[in-house]
Amino acid sequence: MAELRFEDVTVRFGSGRRALTAVDGVQLTVPSGEVVGLVGESGSGKSTLARAAVGLTPLAGGRILLDGKPVRPSGGRRPMQMVFQDPYSSLDPRMRIGDSVAEALPRRGPDALTGSARRAEVTRLLELVDLDPARAGQYPAQLSGGQRQRVALARALAGRPDVIIADEITSGLDVSIQGTVLNLVRDLQRQLGVSLLFISHNLAVVRYVASSIAVMYLGRIVEHGPTEQVLNDPQHPYARDLLEAVPDTGGAGTLDEPDPDPRVRAVADAEPADPHSPPPGCRYHPRCPIGPFVLADREICRTTEPSTDHRHHAACHFATAKDTVEIGSTS
Amino acid sequence: MTATSTSTAAPPEPVIRAPRSGPAARWLAVLRSPVGAGAGLLLAAVLIMAVLAPILWTDDATKIDTNAIAQGSSSAHWVGTDALGRDLFFRVLVATRLSIELALLATVIAVVAGLILGTLPALVGRRLGRLVTALVNIAVAFPGLLLALFFAVVFGIGAKGAVLAIGFAGAPAFARLGQTLVAGVIERDYIAAARIAGVGRFRIMVRHVLPNIAEPLVVNATIGAGGALLGFAGLSFLGLGVQAPSYDWGRLLGEGLNGIYVHPAAALAPGVAVVIAGLAFNLFGEAVAKGLGQSVVVGHLPPLPRRRSARASGPARSAPSDSHSDTVLEVRDLTVTFPGPAGPVRPVRGVSLSIRRGEAIGVVGESGSGKSLTALALAQLIEEPGRVEAAQLDFLGADLTAGARAHRHLLGTSFAMVFQDPMTSFNPSRRIGGQLAELVREHGGLSRAEARGRAVDRLRAVRVPAPERRVRQYPHEFSGGMRQRAMIALGMMGTPALIVADEPTTALDVTVQRQVLRLLDSIRTADDVAILLISHDVAVVGQVCERVLVMYAGRIVEDLPSAELLTGALHPYTRALVAAVPDMRTDLRQPLAVIPGRPVSPAEQPRGCAFAPRCPLATDKCEQEDPALVAHGPGHFVACWHAHG
Repeated sequence: MAELRFEDVTVRFGSGRRALTAVDGVQLTVPSGEVVGLVGESGSGKSTLARAAVGLTPLAGGRILLDGKPVRPSGGRRPMQMVFQDPYSSLDPRMRIGDSVAEALPRRGPDALTGSARRAEVTRLLELVDLDPARAGQYPAQLSGGQRQRVALARALAGRPDVIIADEITSGLDVSIQGTVLNLVRDLQRQLGVSLLFISHNLAVVRYVASSIAVMYLGRIVEHGPTEQVLNDPQHPYARDLLEAVPDTGGAGTLDEPDPDPRVRAVADAEPADPHSPPPGCRYHPRCPIGPFVLADREICRTTEPSTDHRHHAACHFATAKDTVEIGSTS
Repeated sequence: MTATSTSTAAPPEPVIRAPRSGPAARWLAVLRSPVGAGAGLLLAAVLIMAVLAPILWTDDATKIDTNAIAQGSSSAHWVGTDALGRDLFFRVLVATRLSIELALLATVIAVVAGLILGTLPALVGRRLGRLVTALVNIAVAFPGLLLALFFAVVFGIGAKGAVLAIGFAGAPAFARLGQTLVAGVIERDYIAAARIAGVGRFRIMVRHVLPNIAEPLVVNATIGAGGALLGFAGLSFLGLGVQAPSYDWGRLLGEGLNGIYVHPAAALAPGVAVVIAGLAFNLFGEAVAKGLGQSVVVGHLPPLPRRRSARASGPARSAPSDSHSDTVLEVRDLTVTFPGPAGPVRPVRGVSLSIRRGEAIGVVGESGSGKSLTALALAQLIEEPGRVEAAQLDFLGADLTAGARAHRHLLGTSFAMVFQDPMTSFNPSRRIGGQLAELVREHGGLSRAEARGRAVDRLRAVRVPAPERRVRQYPHEFSGGMRQRAMIALGMMGTPALIVADEPTTALDVTVQRQVLRLLDSIRTADDVAILLISHDVAVVGQVCERVLVMYAGRIVEDLPSAELLTGALHPYTRALVAAVPDMRTDLRQPLAVIPGRPVSPAEQPRGCAFAPRCPLATDKCEQEDPALVAHGPGHFVACWHAHG
């Protein structure tokens, strides 16, 4: 098992005036055997970060280290694997699911398996994800979305990874199926001790799986800390907004009233920023309820980029300073 | 479909053999269509002739008869003889093999060369790939026949040269096709997954890309063979193709043409052969392309007798008929039926609901529960061959069962619909303002300026910033949340009494979702508009609505006040649904509650309660009889044999 570390990772698409910096100097560590949840809105760069980690997208800067060593793909074991969002496009429709899983087994190197050992391993993997191994001969079209996602999970495990990156793996599933997949992911992670970067836009789902949470906004990590602490005491106003926006199953009337202050309402209705031209200073300031559009004395947010030298590494000028009231912290 | 690869460990378990709706079935369906069958027969006949004719009639075709030189058609020689007295009828038949052989050979060359050129960009890296693409683009710009003539000169005159010429002339088109198909497949996630698994580029191409592009390639190759046949006939006719003593249709045509005024049959016969064979290839290709492109599900709906099913409507469903003036929408026993391969499929079965002014009602259910179809049926948006039926479908007192056309104006101004994907709900090539204004100009008779003013006003009402500027923008210039607001503004251009919102926030981020939900809520309170909010998310519905209808397998299984969702739900499905969704208070030490099994497909709805196979409380009765929706306390209706409030 291994620690995955993003060091100042930057990913850029295009060039010149149309260039888009999707991930901008991200520092993030997934400790060995732990689950880090990555949340953020669409366009925040979460999936780009995931694709960069497994080598699908080239880096424009920074490094991605596995146990301190740069990730270099080789013919043998693949230390990093990924599970995709859409189980309908992540399995080859013309390939039996057993073959899809077998394809990810190491072909060279000390872990290589051959012949019947490969088949036995496919059986073992399918059983591991609670699928009947007799289904190995079926095509994806014969499986439901939840079953496909399990096959995708089995394929990821076939590479004997140290780190698995799960990119919105339950958002394409029906609610009654989502629970089974989440339970499975949690069980497998505990059982195998694999490190997991769990990406989701759903905080309630992340809370259920992850031991720490990183919040991403416009290509940057704006807050990062142990799940319980971040959820109970979010430092960055964006993290607070996200948390407040999570709907509660409590029932009627839980949609809170809009703020009486028209300035707060105005920023609450503001549009998400355009990643092609991120705002100067703090990137969240046009939408911030405690920023320059609401409070007159906060010009600093417009001009100066905040440091992350705060509790939970929050990138906000007005977050609590580090280690002031931290109790029982492990970070 | 065998389980040989896993026969090692597990005991032989029954592998579900789903009926293959895959390629085999679709090819069969192609052959069953009239055009497909005709073209198939024709093609088979041509191919059989190509194989058998030279074996049977070579002697007849080469026999020189100096007594019958250049004769017209007679009983001895059906289409006459040539300059050496050889029987032209047999010559045309025997020429089938060479003509078809050469055409197929040229097609194979075209497809293979095209495929190599087409897959190259994906194999060689970005810079070289661009170069290949550019070369193909240039080659595609030249007419095929010009290329063929050019290559015919390069490769020399003769059959070999002609085959190469026609083959390479056809290659650019296949290269372009291959590039397009490869580009469509290479972006899929399973290719990415294979790359992560360390599968090499070439292997990915062979294992993942080629099988997934094979079908359209085969179809186009069939059509291409027809073209090659024609091209070949052309080259031979010009004397650039097959040389004596060999002969194909093109050469026979060229020889026959010399005497066309004397006895035209000598030129017509090979011409007819070319037409028949070309038609066979082209028609077959077209039939296959058409058959594979469309779904196989074709069927007819039997005329349903208009009946009021007592079971489905439920005797205890008390319609609030006393407050008629207050009711916006009154639906009883709504059914949506589609034709299926094995008889009609009924995804919505007897839904009844009524909405009062200013009321917000939520509909929750999983995919396939029929919730979206219910919304579409209410908006009269179910297209043929689907069919909507209802015992009663009253909107603001008007009977909609008469058909949408009679109440177009009413639906246009008072009924607003918001869809999940606001990108596809707007015309991407027209400005937002124009699309908003169209509605009131059509239905309200407003002038252009007035309509524009109202559009600005409505955009401001849904809190779109700077509406004067934004009416001039195109849909792609709006973010997802803004587009959804514009969609709501579109619904509010009239004076809506009801907004039906089908998963309006599913494509949006949570913070934006909250904005849109708040907006809907404020419209409801400000203008007394009724809202029917459809969502898969119990939490979203619970936030906005007073009442929640839970749908499963096309029926409402529970109708309850949303305040009771968490603690007072009586149907086991509702309870399971609430428990299965993690929220911020879920106990982290426990595994999440799950609902075993999978939702029932609309095509195979059971006789009894549709939830019975997944229900922990199910008994024999549940499997035999479908429970009706009956009252269990004030404002609370449940369709379950085991609900005890």
